[in-house]
Amino acid sequence: MPKLNRVNDFVVKFANVNGSGSASANTLFAKSILRMGVPVSPRNIFPSNIQGLPTWYEVRVSEQGWLGRRGGVDLMVAMNQQTWDVDVAEIEPGGFLFYDNTRPMPASKLRSDVTVLGMPLTAMCNERYKDARQRQVFKNIIYVGALSQLLGIEREVVVKLIGEQYKGKEKLLQPNLDSLDLGRAWAAEHLPANFALKVERRDKVGERIFVDGNAASALGALYGGASVAAWYPITPSSSLAEAFQKYCNKYRTNPDGTKRFAIIQAEDELASIGMVIGAAWNGARAFTATSGPGISLMQEFLGLAYFAEIPAVIFDVQRGGPSTGMPTRTQQADLLSCALASHGDTQHVLLLPEDPRECFEFGALSFDLADRLQTPVFVMLDLDIGMNERLCEPFAWDDKKTMDRGKLMTTEQLEAGRPFGRYRDVDGDGITTRTWPGTHPTRGSFFTRGTTKDRDAKYSETGPDYMENMTRLQRKFQTAANLLPAPVLRRAKQPTSAGVLYFGSTSPAMDEALALLAADGLHLDALRLRGFPFPASVPEFIAEHETVFLVEQNRDAQMKMLLVHECQIDPNHVTSVRHYDGTPITARFIVQAIRELCGSEALASNGRSAR
Amino acid sequence: MTWIARPKFHHASLAKNEQGCTRRDYEGAISTLCAGCGHDSISAAIVQAFYELSIAPHRVAKLSGIGCSSKTPTYFLGASHGFNSVHGRMPSVLTGANLANRELIYLGVSGDGDSASIGFGQFAHSIRRGVDMLYIVENNGVYGLTKGQRSATADEGSTLKKGEVNTDKPIDMVSMAIKLGASFVGRSFSGDKEQLIPLIKGALEHRGAAFLDVISPCVAFNNHAGSTKSYDWVREHNEAVNQLDVMVDHEEMVLEQAPGTVEEIASPDGTILRLRKLASDFDPTDKAGALDYLERHGAQGELVTGLLFVDRAPKDLHQHLGTVAAPLNSLDEGQLCPGSATLAAINASLR
Repeated sequence: MPKLNRVNDFVVKFANVNGSGSASANTLFAKSILRMGVPVSPRNIFPSNIQGLPTWYEVRVSEQGWLGRRGGVDLMVAMNQQTWDVDVAEIEPGGFLFYDNTRPMPASKLRSDVTVLGMPLTAMCNERYKDARQRQVFKNIIYVGALSQLLGIEREVVVKLIGEQYKGKEKLLQPNLDSLDLGRAWAAEHLPANFALKVERRDKVGERIFVDGNAASALGALYGGASVAAWYPITPSSSLAEAFQKYCNKYRTNPDGTKRFAIIQAEDELASIGMVIGAAWNGARAFTATSGPGISLMQEFLGLAYFAEIPAVIFDVQRGGPSTGMPTRTQQADLLSCALASHGDTQHVLLLPEDPRECFEFGALSFDLADRLQTPVFVMLDLDIGMNERLCEPFAWDDKKTMDRGKLMTTEQLEAGRPFGRYRDVDGDGITTRTWPGTHPTRGSFFTRGTTKDRDAKYSETGPDYMENMTRLQRKFQTAANLLPAPVLRRAKQPTSAGVLYFGSTSPAMDEALALLAADGLHLDALRLRGFPFPASVPEFIAEHETVFLVEQNRDAQMKMLLVHECQIDPNHVTSVRHYDGTPITARFIVQAIRELCGSEALASNGRSAR
Repeated sequence: MTWIARPKFHHASLAKNEQGCTRRDYEGAISTLCAGCGHDSISAAIVQAFYELSIAPHRVAKLSGIGCSSKTPTYFLGASHGFNSVHGRMPSVLTGANLANRELIYLGVSGDGDSASIGFGQFAHSIRRGVDMLYIVENNGVYGLTKGQRSATADEGSTLKKGEVNTDKPIDMVSMAIKLGASFVGRSFSGDKEQLIPLIKGALEHRGAAFLDVISPCVAFNNHAGSTKSYDWVREHNEAVNQLDVMVDHEEMVLEQAPGTVEEIASPDGTILRLRKLASDFDPTDKAGALDYLERHGAQGELVTGLLFVDRAPKDLHQHLGTVAAPLNSLDEGQLCPGSATLAAINASLR
């Protein structure tokens, strides 16, 4: 079995024990490669646990810039005895295994097609440090040192990063640098100098930033003008609310300590969305962040916001469902529970960001859309985007931009005698005018209710009033389709009758899959969905292509259900490619699935090859 | 239809308050509740209290949940924005509304089903947070709108209309509110406006979580012998511990000759609560004492009413959060959005 030999194109996976302090060391490793000008995409694969269970950190190094999860591991850093067997089994043939050989593993626990690199980490730490915690924490930095030496990562790059990390905590700086050098020196002496996997300096990162989608969404909310947030802790969305708190403390606190925001950790998700609805009814931009179980709890309130027409922004960082499901794994499985949230006939707006950059952009935009459309807007992240740092284009903001507060009647307009009817559609777009409480002493007040009402917000149970309201809400939803970010079309290099639809966190894997398939002669036009309801370009794309694949990360083809129904297309025209084991979808998976479908009769449409 | 417009005309000599409003300006649509319903008396007391305090109607936001009591905001303060939310969830909606604009007055109206059962959690947490509001529970011990099922405030041993005996323990909303940290807590009876109107006024002037439990008989389903929420039962067992008089700072203090000792409690904003003691051993500023009193007298079958607890130095949610004085809904882009230069620095920190 020939050894792998790769420059700037490999996967390193760290197998650790949760709570051992490995996360910051592993991030240091990933960032140091970025600082070498080589793109990386790391992914945390972690348990629902604080201490003791296995956790992994997978770093894909890709000079070509592929940021999706690749699948397979070239270098396994096996620091967890509990998962040894599966970790060793995951290594690609010809790959490498790095481990703490203070207690050497017997040959039966190793693989003949894998090169073993042993380092007596525990022995080195025990010799160097007396304190148990220090032994643990510095062990991580020592292996980062050894790996940086092994892979050719420049010492200065790592030293600079450690300096940035411990800025203001100088006491911790030197011990960390010492550990780093301990690891590097040992590796220089004991590990091969011309190791098969190498990081070489490039200039492929450019201006891009490295950030997780939850933090990016929080910044979007900050820039979008959200002043009220209510949330209930739930993985994988908690860090979104916590990041918002952090940014607000920094950027929205007056010199006298008063705050231009209010954040409530609510008693449950029902209260979270209730507070958001109350705040937005009263004119503040408000949001909550949650995940699938929270969405389930919010259903009744979401129907109220839809029917009473109150803006609300919900960041749903999706995880594996149903029920408690896989709390620390990723899926795109809340599409239906969000798009159709609540009893009765309801429809909700979804935004589908592909990366942190779009989390920021759509996060800010969602508040304009919620105010403009006077309805809940869901920003559909997932754990893969939300909780992993991802290389993306820098955030951008136009200082000339103002908040679109939608059709809002002011004190002056009411005073001037502008007629006001809360649910009167005066211009045909389905959107009516609202007032905030307290606007005018005698004009513009109305009663907000979840019961049926007439166009002046008076209680009514008559069929015609109900029908007028419900058909207007449908009209409003059609208006929404053209206000959302448009789908992004990418034509194949050659004309083709095959196309693929995808969205959200599937994006980086799809970028790579399209290139791999094209190299193989299988050309696909690609349309990335960015919002629901769909604009006309979506059914047009489907109609244009004889064969259409729809890639999504859930079992039941939820996006296909929406598409088939909303666009009235033949279900047989769209072939689902579904990935739902909780891990982020890979290019390998997509390529294999599409290749198989193209060669089989399972293909939708006329059963013809997409070639 | 549960919405009937009330004619606007009124007698020319009707007195106006400092807002230039007559009492009629604080009314709403005509009630569609049953004739004799206690809730209508509470609505009338609310109208009178707002009128007497000269509060601009449009500076009030009235919120409710679901049920007979939650329908009543339609029947008062017609010039105010109202929000009839979902069952048991008024407190969270009110909390959010309060966060958005701290300058309005928030009136939450709920019932015993809405607050003691489905909404017990939200009731508790809104009180705990110190939301500046008047939270009224119109308590009749029964689900009226669904035709007579028992509620969680129904007393143990009391009977439903068809004779079924309640064996569950009752939830005492005032004890709960005091324990949870409400800074103004009272109980009254819909049939006693002399007691109720000053309590509403005191609660409205109070800056913090004010809670009133108002026993409000349901004439259709819970006004029979065997009920402990009937007019007769409440009249027989009502034991008022004090009689409140509320004087806003600008009012002349008119001292009436009244029996019992008089105590005055001044609030930071100048409002004076003048309490005529009716029970000599009750002190509404003593939290532990009040809870003890309620427990002991409740066990004797007494319905203890009056101002039951008041915190002399209340704090509200905005004070806890340290929010700016200006309503959050009035902040513009300059105050909310840090701008592109800051974003460039944030970008730089993420490389």
